Amino acid sequence: MGIEAALPVDSVLTTQLQRVVNWARRSSVWPMPFATACCGIELMATACSRFDLARFGAEVMRFSPRQCDLMIVAGRVSVKTLPVLQRIYLQMAEPKWVISMGACASTGGVFDTYAVVQGVDQYIPVDVYIPGCPPRPEMLIEGIMAIQRVIDNDNIPRDPTGKRLPLQIALEPNYRPRAQPARLSVGAS
Amino acid sequence: MKLDHPTLPVLKAAFPDVKFLAAEFRGQTTVIVPRERLKDVCRLLRDDPQCSYEFLADVTAVDYLNYPAPQPGRFGVVYCLASHAKDRRLTLKVWMNPSVDTAGTEPDPELVVDTVSDVWPTAEWLEREVFDMFGIRFRGHPDLRRILMWKDFPGHPLRKDYPLRGRGEREMHRVMPRESA
Repeated sequence: MGIEAALPVDSVLTTQLQRVVNWARRSSVWPMPFATACCGIELMATACSRFDLARFGAEVMRFSPRQCDLMIVAGRVSVKTLPVLQRIYLQMAEPKWVISMGACASTGGVFDTYAVVQGVDQYIPVDVYIPGCPPRPEMLIEGIMAIQRVIDNDNIPRDPTGKRLPLQIALEPNYRPRAQPARLSVGAS
Repeated sequence: MKLDHPTLPVLKAAFPDVKFLAAEFRGQTTVIVPRERLKDVCRLLRDDPQCSYEFLADVTAVDYLNYPAPQPGRFGVVYCLASHAKDRRLTLKVWMNPSVDTAGTEPDPELVVDTVSDVWPTAEWLEREVFDMFGIRFRGHPDLRRILMWKDFPGHPLRKDYPLRGRGEREMHRVMPRESA
């Protein structure tokens, strides 16, 4: 935890077991990239040296769902891919979390067509939504940090019967898009 | 419009009984082929040394529903041929009209054309795509299944009378709640 140097050698630190478990879990999130589109490129950039997801202990991308506890759905999901997504989600070991990265995974984005799922949260439980098309790597890092805060607080929300509930967390973009400099006309001008 | 494509006289001489229509647009020549003679024409175009169209670049289709100008049929199946030896391109087109309601997926006896997958093997997947998107069936195709949409998709989505957002297919999948995972 980085506090070893501040403690005397023979001292004892008392805490709760659950807190130690949460600390271990949030310090080594193992993401599984379900990257189907351009958000996957930003996901790769996030893991690379410029943004360096390893600073947050979440750099071990595994392509087997059995070894992962965080699924990052990055990109549009077609209805034909949806059974695969659900099967992969089922194969992940508990406890597990899901990030819906980008406009397409969260809402379908511009792909309002017969073949594209209009938001994966219709079909699998999603913990954190990241807006953007595609989101900046900083946004993805913030989303992973939101997951870590959720884990750290021991706050897997549960209903009275003990079942997990959606978190209802949405990240706000930290920038404001400027207005178009010129009026755009489509078709006849 | 000048119809000086060097393949046209070869076609005319080889099929004196067939009335071909041809059109030219910006240097690209299109030949309209009667549906029942398509495979003979394709074999000739591939095998004749003056033609040698050994490469089938694409098979696709066009739905002319509500097209502004009148057309000879509702669907046109388009074959884009290329000859590497002669450095030429030629487009074939076959017209057809549906005989049953185009909203569903039942087989239409009028929307059938002979397969060319035994002339150019690459036509196998391309014809599957045309079948998937337009519901045009290819007689003699070895494996005519959907290639892009899933097996039970209830429609042919590139037909112009199919709504862009579908008929609710994207909302009808199994939901996986959190407690089941």
